[in-house]
Amino acid sequence: MFLGRVIGNIWATKKYSELKSFKLMLVQPVNADLENTGDVIVAVDTVGAGPGEVIYYITASEAVIPLPVDFAPVDASIVGIVDSINTKN
Amino acid sequence: MFLGRVIGTVWSTKKDEQLVGAKFLIVQELDLDLKEKDRIVVAVDSVGAGDGEVVLVASGSSSRMTTFTKDKPVDAVIMAIVDKLDVATKEWLEEKFGL
Repeated sequence: MFLGRVIGNIWATKKYSELKSFKLMLVQPVNADLENTGDVIVAVDTVGAGPGEVIYYITASEAVIPLPVDFAPVDASIVGIVDSINTKN
Repeated sequence: MFLGRVIGTVWSTKKDEQLVGAKFLIVQELDLDLKEKDRIVVAVDSVGAGDGEVVLVASGSSSRMTTFTKDKPVDAVIMAIVDKLDVATKEWLEEKFGL
């Protein structure tokens, strides 16, 4: 799982039919200090996250597991909203 | 998934038998300003995208998760056509979350 920050959403009326009811969010990956790392990705939202929130997401074929469908072409999905992070520093 | 723009089509007569009937499109990756990035992929179309359209591409094993591409040798699939992008500005994030 990776940390990210939701920075926007995407409207797509025409998409793979199994994905009709899901939100697609733009996610900026961040590190434990919440600094931006790497390229922005698009992830399916399964928890109701909104712009600005820090979330964690899963990638690869596991991304379809939290969705209530048998299979769908999804390679990233948001599975939780972060309340706080504790690190040694 | 990543954002991309359809910039062409691939015709291929001789291919893996399982891919007969597939529509292959050439997709150039885009950033949030819809500016072109370096990566170009060939993706199987599952939504009926056309030239010039902004699309979302799922890659890796996830791309085999459609009824057509299931268990087939595919590693990129177009799974949505983008109508609109809504991106939070740095100023908005700063104002709302004090970042």
